[in-house]
Amino acid sequence: MGGAKTDLELIKNGKRIDGRKFDELRPIKIEVGVLKRADGSCFMEWGKNKVLAAVYGPRECFPKHTQNSYKAKLTYRYNMAPFSVDDRKRPGPDRRSTEISKVSREALEKVIFLEYFPRTAINVFVEVLQADAGTRCVALTAASVALADAGIPMRDVIVACAAGKVEDEIVLDLCQEEDNFGSADLPVAISPRTGQIHLMQMDGILDEEEFKKAFDMATKGCLEVHEMQKKALREKYEKIGEVYGNE
Amino acid sequence: METSEIVWEIKKDSIRKMIQSGKRSDGRALDEYRKMEFLENYVPKAQGSCLVKLGDTQVLVGIKMDVGEPYADSPDRGNLSTSCELVPLASPDFSAGPPDEESIETARVVDRGIRESKMIDFEKLCITEGEKVWTVLVDIHVLDHDGNLIDAASIAGVKALLNAYLPKLEDDKLIYKERGDKLPVREKPVSSTFASIGGKNLLDPSYEEEMVMDSKFIIVTTEDGKICAIQKSGSGPHKREDIEGMVETAIRRGKEVRKQF
Repeated sequence: MGGAKTDLELIKNGKRIDGRKFDELRPIKIEVGVLKRADGSCFMEWGKNKVLAAVYGPRECFPKHTQNSYKAKLTYRYNMAPFSVDDRKRPGPDRRSTEISKVSREALEKVIFLEYFPRTAINVFVEVLQADAGTRCVALTAASVALADAGIPMRDVIVACAAGKVEDEIVLDLCQEEDNFGSADLPVAISPRTGQIHLMQMDGILDEEEFKKAFDMATKGCLEVHEMQKKALREKYEKIGEVYGNE
Repeated sequence: METSEIVWEIKKDSIRKMIQSGKRSDGRALDEYRKMEFLENYVPKAQGSCLVKLGDTQVLVGIKMDVGEPYADSPDRGNLSTSCELVPLASPDFSAGPPDEESIETARVVDRGIRESKMIDFEKLCITEGEKVWTVLVDIHVLDHDGNLIDAASIAGVKALLNAYLPKLEDDKLIYKERGDKLPVREKPVSSTFASIGGKNLLDPSYEEEMVMDSKFIIVTTEDGKICAIQKSGSGPHKREDIEGMVETAIRRGKEVRKQF
């Protein structure tokens, strides 16, 4: 967390700086199948975040020595566009994006039936076009939808959402100002079907009670976003149904 | 697939079965930590250092101090930079070259524990506001990898910072041979790593246990029993009640470990 001092009033009259309630998500829009060349894709707007996810595969795995004879090799690339943040971000992977890519790939590894596609590769690419706090959650949520869109067999469509602490309140889905000047951030990814946790990170300071409260709130946020994921996927296939007839 | 991975695939079942019955191959209880040894000031040329032995794992951390420009969003505060080298002499799995995922994750989780616990008083590391501040460089050097690198690196880092000092600064020149003030520190973060294997959560996993684990969960706690960093690492999912149990254990263990400081 930034933890820097600020004159901003992050919480005023029981409302947050952007007017939200403590347990309220930012506005979310999910579009499925937005890229022509990818096997599956998803565009997501979450608050001011704009994130594009694409899935390729299962396809031939290169370089060949990285093939696994028992399962598909999953890769996940989280990348921020240089213009996505206030100061230009130097292009290419840095330490932060390498870490995010690692934990996000791991979050998906036990969800996808990788064992169905030995010796192949499934590649997930996520581009953050505009960033406004919580990009790793938006990226993973969009990647999950893109995987479903690619028709890759999965145990569930996982979903991510963060909760955190701003001044003395536990709040859902931190925006940029809250992320910069708040005191804790807890991104969580769950499998809604099993309730199990596939990604968890935390920075900042929380006591045990606050942690449980933030955990609860993030889980509820995840379930709310999951409904939107399902709706977006259904909408795409309803449209296809209209074109080809609904029998 | 490398040969070593196939060997582990074969060993996996027997090790996991043992753990299911509550036993570990080195005879420890599931929540038992390996013996820890510290060699402080191991490298006197560094401004602070500590070699930690955690069972057969050995990690050396050295602190160097430098003068640099502050970041635009913190003109009155010093900087912290943590790096980790998994040097090839430490394990047959390591090779020379640019840092890979594992070393980046190790460095970033150790960094998060130090930074978020507010261990270092960065405001005292400001020399001229907006122009010149001290930069604390934490370098993690892994010497022998027998599991749980993050806890070993974290404790070595914290210990090294506790005995670190600033070099002398005279007319903009750094004199590394002369000692200045002690590095201003005010907190002792403690990292606790658990390996999740078939639903059991083991404290302080060995290399063998890490090779067969489903996933790893790292919790860093502060002196007043709060959490300052969490990292789930590895692909296996966790149950909510397991995470709450690990948090409780980590807070309790943090208090015990700090007594050894």
